[in-house]
Amino acid sequence: MPTLDAILAQVNAATLLPELLVVLGVLVGALSLAGGLTFVERRLLALWQDRYGPNRVGPFGLLQVVADTIKLFTKEDWVPPFADKPVFVIAPAVVIVSTLMSFAIIPLAPGIVIADLNVGLLFLLAMSSLSVYGVALGGWSANSKYALIGGLRAAGQMVSYEVFMGLSLMGVVAMTGSFNLGEIVRAQERVWFCIPQCVGLVIFLIAGLAETRRIPFDLPEAESELVAGFHAEYSGMKFGMFFLGEYVGIALVSALTVVLFFGGWSGPLLPPIVWFLGKTGVLIALFILVRAALPRLRYDQLMRLGWKVLLPLSLANVVVTGAAILALNR
Amino acid sequence: MADATTVLEGRLGADGLAVQPTCDGVPTVWVAPTRVKDVLRRLKTDPDSPYPLLHDLWAVDERHRQHDEGLPPRDFTVVYDLASADRCAELRIKAPLKGHAPALDSVTDVWPSANWYEREAWDMFGVRFIGHPGLRRILMPPWWEGHPLRKDHPARATEMGRFELPDPLQAAMAQSLEFRPEEWGLERSGEDFDYLFLNFGPHHPGTHGVLRVILQLDGQEIVDCVPEIGFHHRGAEKMAERQTWHTYIPYTDRVDYLGGVLNNLPYVMAVERLAGLEVPERAEVIRIMLCELFRINSHLVFLGTFAQDVGMMSPVFYLFNDRERLLDIVEAITGARMHPGWFRIGGVAQDLPAGWDELVGDFVGYLPARLEEYESAILANRIFRARTRGVGVITAQEALDWGATGPFLRGSGVAWDLRKQRPYGGYEQFEFEVPTGANGDCYDRLWVHVEEMRQSLRIVEQCRRAMPGGPYKSDHPLAAPPRREQALQDIETLIHHFLSVSWGPVIPPGEAAVCVEAAKGHNRYHLISDGDTLPYRARIRTPSFAHLQILPQLSRGAMIPDLAAILGSLDYVLADVDR
Repeated sequence: MPTLDAILAQVNAATLLPELLVVLGVLVGALSLAGGLTFVERRLLALWQDRYGPNRVGPFGLLQVVADTIKLFTKEDWVPPFADKPVFVIAPAVVIVSTLMSFAIIPLAPGIVIADLNVGLLFLLAMSSLSVYGVALGGWSANSKYALIGGLRAAGQMVSYEVFMGLSLMGVVAMTGSFNLGEIVRAQERVWFCIPQCVGLVIFLIAGLAETRRIPFDLPEAESELVAGFHAEYSGMKFGMFFLGEYVGIALVSALTVVLFFGGWSGPLLPPIVWFLGKTGVLIALFILVRAALPRLRYDQLMRLGWKVLLPLSLANVVVTGAAILALNR
Repeated sequence: MADATTVLEGRLGADGLAVQPTCDGVPTVWVAPTRVKDVLRRLKTDPDSPYPLLHDLWAVDERHRQHDEGLPPRDFTVVYDLASADRCAELRIKAPLKGHAPALDSVTDVWPSANWYEREAWDMFGVRFIGHPGLRRILMPPWWEGHPLRKDHPARATEMGRFELPDPLQAAMAQSLEFRPEEWGLERSGEDFDYLFLNFGPHHPGTHGVLRVILQLDGQEIVDCVPEIGFHHRGAEKMAERQTWHTYIPYTDRVDYLGGVLNNLPYVMAVERLAGLEVPERAEVIRIMLCELFRINSHLVFLGTFAQDVGMMSPVFYLFNDRERLLDIVEAITGARMHPGWFRIGGVAQDLPAGWDELVGDFVGYLPARLEEYESAILANRIFRARTRGVGVITAQEALDWGATGPFLRGSGVAWDLRKQRPYGGYEQFEFEVPTGANGDCYDRLWVHVEEMRQSLRIVEQCRRAMPGGPYKSDHPLAAPPRREQALQDIETLIHHFLSVSWGPVIPPGEAAVCVEAAKGHNRYHLISDGDTLPYRARIRTPSFAHLQILPQLSRGAMIPDLAAILGSLDYVLADVDR
C-alpha cells in the first residue's frame, strides 16, 4: 500500500487543477441543471396545458428556482417520531449521491470527463441499482403505510426495469466492443447507434422512464392513489433531495441516451459540448412531453409489460445483434 | 292515475291502510308497519308490474303536523320510494309509526341499497330498523346526542347552549377515532396472515373531497372496503325547515355544487306542483337550456378529474378551460358562476340578457371539436383503456338492485333517462338520444358521459334556435317573488310583493315530489307543506349517495390503482352525498 505522502507526491498540481475544474463543473452543472429543470418542466408543462406556469418571480419567473430553494431550506426539518431516524435521514442522500456519481462517467466532450472508466457502463448500472436503496429505504423507514406501499412498488419496479435497462445496452456494447462510454461515442462516427440499435433505444428509453419513476411509471408516488408514495412523510430539504434526485436522474438518462445512441458530442460546425448539451436538452423535453401526455400504468400491467414484452424483446435484440456482428465479421 | 291506485289497492288487499292523494300524481299507499316488509318484497318481485328499484327511503317527524286529515295516526312516518326502470313507474309506500322510539323491520335483505338509507333514517330520526346488519350513525359523528331531523332537535348552534369540550368528552371522542376493524365489519387476519388496513382519506387527493374509505388489503389487492361519509354534512334538509319556500333556493345549489341550477329545478318544480302554478313557456326553455349547460359543466369536471385519477396530468387543464368558457356564459346570464340560485318559483329570476344567443351559439360551435380531441387523447389512449376497461364492472341487474341511476346506470346498458321516458318541465319538445354502454365498467361510464355532453349540446342548440317569447315568470299570486314591474303599479300589488319578499308565500298543505335527471343521476326533492311559509319537511334524494354505497361491491378484488379509477367513475360530489 502506498502511503498518502507517496500518492500526493505523484499528484502533479498542474494536472490536478483542470481535473478538479471538470469535477466541480460537472457537479455544479448537474445540480443547477436539475434545479433549472424543475422550472423548465413547469413552464413546458404549462405551455402544453394552456396555462402560464410560474412567471412571477424575476424575469419570466426565472427566480422561481431560487425562491423554491430558499423555501425548502428554511422549512422545519421534521422527522416523524415514528420513523426509523438514521435510515430516514440517509435515504434521500443515497438517491442523490448515487445519481450524481453516475455523472462521473459521462463524457461531455472529448477529454471532458471525470472518470474515463473502462467499465463505465457497468459502473453506471451499479450506481442506478444503488439508488433503489434510497427510495425503498425512504419508504420503509418512514413507517407509514402509504410510504411503505410506495417504497415496495419502487423496489419492485426499479429492480425489474434494471434488468431490461442493462440488457438493452448490450447491443451497443457488442457493437463497440467496450464498456467505456468514450469508446462508444467514437464508435458512432459513421452511424449513430439509434439506427442499428433502434429496438435497444426504445427499450432503454422505457426503462429509463421507469428508473426515474416518471409518468407512466410513477407508481411509487402515484398522487391519486398513494398521496406521495415513498416520500409522503418527507418535508423540507430532505424532500427537496428526492425531488432534485428525480431531475438529476432525468438529466442523467437523457445524457446517457445521447452518449449511447445519438453520437454523444459529435456534430458539425458547433463545438462538441454544445452538441452534447443540445441533444440532451431535446431528450429532456421529450421526457417532459411524455409526462404531459400519458396516464399511469397499474402495477400488474407494469410488471407484465416488463417481463413479458420488454425482456423477450431485449434478449432478442442481443441475440440478433450478436448474430449480425458474427456474420459481418466473418 | 286513479286506475293505478285501484289496481294497487287490489294487490295490497288488507295490507293497505289508506291511499293518500298527492300533488305529484305518484300513487301513495299507507301500509301497516308490521306488513311493510312483506308488501315491499312482493312489490319488488311482482310478476305483472314489479318495482325492482328502491329509489329512496326516508322518514318524517309528524309530531308537529297541523294538516294531515284522513291519514293514519302516527308520530313518525317512514317513506319508501319505489321505481321501475322498464315502465318508468313510481310508487310510494308509507309506514306510520307510533311512539318516541319507533322501530320497523329492515328491508336490507330485500334491497342491499336500503343499508345506508336506513342508517340515515336512524341517525336523523331515531327510527330503529330491526334486522339491520350494522345500524349506526352515518352522517353525524358517533358521539352526537339526539337525532337532528326530529322537530325537537335544535336547528341552530344558538339554540343549543354553550359548546363545551370537557376532558373526559374529548378523550372519549379521541377514543372513538381509534381504529378497530371489527367495528367496521372487517376481519383482522386471514388464514395465516394479517390484513393491511389503509385509511384512504378523508384528506386524500384521490377522493375528490372529504370521503374516508377504509381499505382491507392483501398486498395491493382490495379484499374489502368501507366508505365512511358525513364529513360534508351541513344539514341541508334541516335548513329547509326554517327557510321560506323562496329563500331556500340558494341552498339547493350547494347540494351538488357542480350541478348549479340543476339542483334548483326539482325544488322549484316541486313547490310549483304544491302551489298549482304553471310556468310560462319561455321560462321552461330558459331553465332547460341552463340545466343542460350545467350538465355539460359537471361532465367536463368529471372527465378531467377522472383522467387525473388514472394519472393523466393534462386533460384536467383543458377541460377546466372549457368549463371556464361555459361559466362565462352562465355568468353573463345569471350573474353568478357555480351557484347561480337563479330559478324562481314560477319561472326564473330575470329575462335573458341581450346577446345571449351569440354567446351560447359560440360555445355550441366550439365544444364538439374539442370533445373529439379529448376522445382521441383520453379515451383512445391504450394505457387509459387498459386502466379502465373491465375495471369496476357492475351488471344492469346489480346496478338496479343498488339503486343506481343516471350515467352510472346507463353505463351498464339500461336506457333510463327521465328526460326521455317521463319528460318533465318541457323536455318533450327536444330531440336527443340516450347513450348507453354495454359492459358497465369505468370506461363505459366515461364514454356515456362524453356522449351525453354531445346530446346536451344538441338540446342547448335547439333551445337557442327556438327560444319562445313571452314572460319569464308566472303571474300566479304564489310565484315568488312577484314580477317587479307589476309591483310598482298600485298599492295592492306592492303590498303583495312586500309580503311575498319579507315573509314569503304561503304554500297550501300537501305534498309533492319532483325527480329530475340531474348530471349524476336522479335528483328528487320531496316537499311536505303544512300550509306555512316554510316547508314542513324537505327530502333530498341525491344520486351520489346511492352510487357511493356501491363502492365496496365494485372494488372487491381490485387493486389500489383501480380504486382511484372506480372512485373517479362514480361521478360523486361529497356535498351531494352528505347534503
